[in-house]
Amino acid sequence: MKFPIYLDNNSTTPLDPRVLEAMMPFLTEKFGNAASRSHAFGWETEEAVEKSRASIAKLIGANPKEIVFTSGATESINIALKGAAEMYAEKGNHIITAETEHKATLDSAKYLEKHGCTVTYLPVDKYGSVTPEQVKAAITDKTILISLMHANNEVGTIHPIKEIGKIAKEAGILFHVDAAQTAGKIPIDVEKMGIDILSLSAHKMYGPKGVGGLYVRRSNPRVRLSPMIHGGGHERGFRSGTLNVPGIIGFGAAAEICYTDLDKETVQVSALRDRLKNALFSQLDEIFLNGDPVKRLPNNLNISFAFVEGEAMMMGLKEVAVSSGSACTSASLEPSYVLKAMGIGEDLAHTSIRFGLGRFTTEEEIDFVIEKVVGVVKKLRDMSPLYEMAKEGIDLKSVQWTTH
Amino acid sequence: MAYGPKVIDHFNNPRNVGSLDKGDTSVGTGVVGAPECGDVMKLQLKINAQNIVEEAKFKTFGCGSAIASSSLATEWVKGKTVEEALQIKNTDIVNELSLPPVKIHCSVLAEDAIKAAIEDYKKKQQKSTEE
Repeated sequence: MKFPIYLDNNSTTPLDPRVLEAMMPFLTEKFGNAASRSHAFGWETEEAVEKSRASIAKLIGANPKEIVFTSGATESINIALKGAAEMYAEKGNHIITAETEHKATLDSAKYLEKHGCTVTYLPVDKYGSVTPEQVKAAITDKTILISLMHANNEVGTIHPIKEIGKIAKEAGILFHVDAAQTAGKIPIDVEKMGIDILSLSAHKMYGPKGVGGLYVRRSNPRVRLSPMIHGGGHERGFRSGTLNVPGIIGFGAAAEICYTDLDKETVQVSALRDRLKNALFSQLDEIFLNGDPVKRLPNNLNISFAFVEGEAMMMGLKEVAVSSGSACTSASLEPSYVLKAMGIGEDLAHTSIRFGLGRFTTEEEIDFVIEKVVGVVKKLRDMSPLYEMAKEGIDLKSVQWTTH
Repeated sequence: MAYGPKVIDHFNNPRNVGSLDKGDTSVGTGVVGAPECGDVMKLQLKINAQNIVEEAKFKTFGCGSAIASSSLATEWVKGKTVEEALQIKNTDIVNELSLPPVKIHCSVLAEDAIKAAIEDYKKKQQKSTEE
């Protein structure tokens, strides 16, 4: 086993060696500008870029002409929200999203609020999901865009995208889906799911960092988005700038592998995730699953270990790379806003740990993690005054704490 | 969070973890912090007739630096008189452990815990002499 064990695949994934192999020629001898029409250097990279575009389109059930390359999901989301708001300003100025979205969405929405838009941030249920009914009820005659994540990056809950897509279509409103966590992990079909715009990230599907994609529907309806980056009119004018050819080749290779192995990998990863979950729940008391027990990403497990602070837990788990919703790990010193929106108390939010499994996670690693987590939780509970009080039968909610 | 070696040492080998008898009149108990804030410290001091801290125990729910700050506090107060223990400043803890600015509140909490434990001890003593 190699240490530390990487269990933070919801944050980023390692580059698949097959992806690197596909990229290498484009980092060396095949350096041409894909926009150079006048010589072979440009032709060969352009051809390779188009092959990648087709691989990515295939993964989400789209036409290659509907894929725009960007620098990553954050940029894609920015183009989707700001580009739609600007393009359709005459039609309306209302956007519907959810409280638990990624900051790329929330901060773009906040920016738009300062520039004349109104935004509805839908609250979520205890599992972190909005319902199609909530979306329907929020629609006004000024609504131009519904923007939701396919699955949540912290707790893994999957939104009912198909049902919401149907509502959006019936109302004639554009539907943007942030698929950073789901592309290559669970099936996506933009046609069947009624998606008009979709944001993608390569580095969350074993591709390179610094490249992403935006699906923009070309027919029924033909979606138009104002560009955010102006210049040479690359990518049909949606996104100027010389194409990141090695990145795009890697993205395409990653998409191709995901497409071929998706079903097999879902079975493999979710079996390991369930092994971890079942062992922890059988060996520890007072632990709580965050997120939907069923409708969740196959690679995600988020648990609150009551009475054990998340950062201390991670210090104890130094051989394992995970993340926490604890305030101590965030720059803002606020616990996770996602858990908060789900109605999970700050006391439990501070104790949450996210385990993100991946393609390269092994059973041996999971068994090591189980043993470590159980040991660290027991050790830290032995020194936790809260665990002691709870075991004495004191209701912690009734205690007068000295807040600071 | 990248911590200094002293925090890591206290975290891995915490000194004086445990509890003393809350009912003992020579034991002062201080509980500071709140679960919602992500840190709660319980510090207990056993103080003898010569006004000297004979024993110190702690339990802490919190991050690595909160655990290290309380562990260090128990080491420092042991053998000190009550007056000397009250002189321990959070800045001393910050310097000793090389705490980063975002973790200064952990040291404040440790200082508060010492003060709260001594206050509790004094209250108990007053009550027992009144009786």
